[in-house]
Amino acid sequence: MKDRASPAAVHDRDRRRTITAARLLPTVVQPVVSVLLALLLVGVPLWTVLVTAGKSQAEAFSPDLSLPSRWRLGENLAEVVERSEIGPAFIGSIVMLVPSVLAVLVLGSMAAWILARRSGRLTAVLYAVGISGIILPPAVVTLVLLLRQLGLAGSAVGMICTYTGMYMSTVIFFVTGFVRTVPESLEEAARVDGAGPVRVFTMIILPLLRPVLATATILISLYVWNDVFYALFVVGGRMDTLPLNLFAVASAGIHLNNWHLIFSYVLLMSLPLIVLFAVFQRSIISGITSGAVK
Amino acid sequence: MHSPGRSPREARAGSPHPWVFAAPAFAVLAVFFLTPTVYNFVYAFTDWSSFKSAISPVGLNNFTDLAASGALRKALTITLVYAAGVAVFQNLFGLGLALLLERDTRINRLLRVVFFIPVIISSLAAGYIFQALLRPDGGLNQLLSALAGTPVRTAWLGSTTWTILVVILIHSWKWMGMSMLVYLAGLKTIDSQVLEAARIDGVSPWQMLLRIRIPLIAPAVTFNVATALLGSMNSFDIVQATTGGGPGSSTELLNLFIFRTFGQGLYAQATTMSLVLFLAVVFLAFPVIGMLRRRERTMT
Repeated sequence: MKDRASPAAVHDRDRRRTITAARLLPTVVQPVVSVLLALLLVGVPLWTVLVTAGKSQAEAFSPDLSLPSRWRLGENLAEVVERSEIGPAFIGSIVMLVPSVLAVLVLGSMAAWILARRSGRLTAVLYAVGISGIILPPAVVTLVLLLRQLGLAGSAVGMICTYTGMYMSTVIFFVTGFVRTVPESLEEAARVDGAGPVRVFTMIILPLLRPVLATATILISLYVWNDVFYALFVVGGRMDTLPLNLFAVASAGIHLNNWHLIFSYVLLMSLPLIVLFAVFQRSIISGITSGAVK
Repeated sequence: MHSPGRSPREARAGSPHPWVFAAPAFAVLAVFFLTPTVYNFVYAFTDWSSFKSAISPVGLNNFTDLAASGALRKALTITLVYAAGVAVFQNLFGLGLALLLERDTRINRLLRVVFFIPVIISSLAAGYIFQALLRPDGGLNQLLSALAGTPVRTAWLGSTTWTILVVILIHSWKWMGMSMLVYLAGLKTIDSQVLEAARIDGVSPWQMLLRIRIPLIAPAVTFNVATALLGSMNSFDIVQATTGGGPGSSTELLNLFIFRTFGQGLYAQATTMSLVLFLAVVFLAFPVIGMLRRRERTMT
């Protein structure tokens, strides 16, 4: 009796087998495929940066995936710090980033509050103008002419004004959508207590905007921190930022094949951002996703 | 709009949402964004350059010169091909990753962070990394050689026909993490009861994806396609760092042309190209703005 399986037991075993086959997909295949894909698509490029940054100039002459015969990452990083303008470029990047992000967030949310609360044709037109910059490309050549006319060409102030103008639309778009989800009764309660618009905005609205402002801060910081195109036109040659300096190092280096220095620079400039992101990833990812699809 | 039932206190205090609050933002927009755009329409018709002290109107000369040299049509075509390619591949990659990493397991959460790393690092750095990887003696050929067992020495950035596709794929790689996040957010909004009902009706996984899940994440698709299409029209760093517009100017996007021409001191010509870029984006953007506005309206 025992060695002969009953039909029911056979059926049961078959079902168990199909279940395990179906379970194989999520429990084994999906994680393995995903990890391999991550290693290939992100791991290989990052590995290239790391090993090349660790090689001597001769070994890095033709950069590939091989390990350096002797790791000299420390020496290369020190050489980059010494030979490139990475220190001033870092300060330049901070000087551009902080005021532009602050200005665009404060002015943008003030405007967004009004645009979200008012209605009518004028509001609709102004809203359309306000978000036009999300889509329209900045007129970068004539911007330089305008900055010259204003006496701001080549200066940090000119660059900050440019970034503020360029990313205003992004803030207006995100924040207007968010304010519309905030019930107006909250404001009315404060108004009944005698609060004017300034108090209502700073005490009621601004604190409520924290999640959307956090998302906008991250996005715009990424854009400004990594920008090279507009910086080349506006301050290129007269001020340095990290990408501008990398561009200068690489443009000089490609002829000399200084790949070890280029990738040491990339490492120095990207690592802080990656660490920052890894620490705050949970809130950053949820912020960006809630901002994009509501 | 003033409501008729306002309290006397409100009437005395004026509007609770005064336009003054919007004024600084619009002032900055007007000066540093709209004015240069209007200037585009003026200086594209002049002989503004670093070689002359005065600027005088020349009519359509810049356009006819650029058209005669073929630069206008070529750069515009390359830019449109690039934008369309990025819109396709960035979304395929992003959607693929989102579907792959959809379940909230520990490893999936970690991998989402890994795939977001390219978004964080600068496009310029990404460009240099791929320039190194794609050289004939670079990392990709090294991997392929190991797999094939014979030496592979393809010059991935050396074809006047196919290099444009390679830079499209690099751009799509750089931004796929962003699309992935938006698609993940979209997939989260799908009601599980709908999927369960379809499963009971015996819908195959493939049909489920094409007929049910993708239509249900339409807003995410709209957002992702629009941002990829219009964002990549304005691309510069990746292509500058990988090919510099070559080989044989086969990857010279409008922004690369503008940068190079500006560097030569031919400001009016650069402005003309900038105007062409602007008009191309406007032409593409109107349907897209329509979609975004509609989304905004349905949101409220």
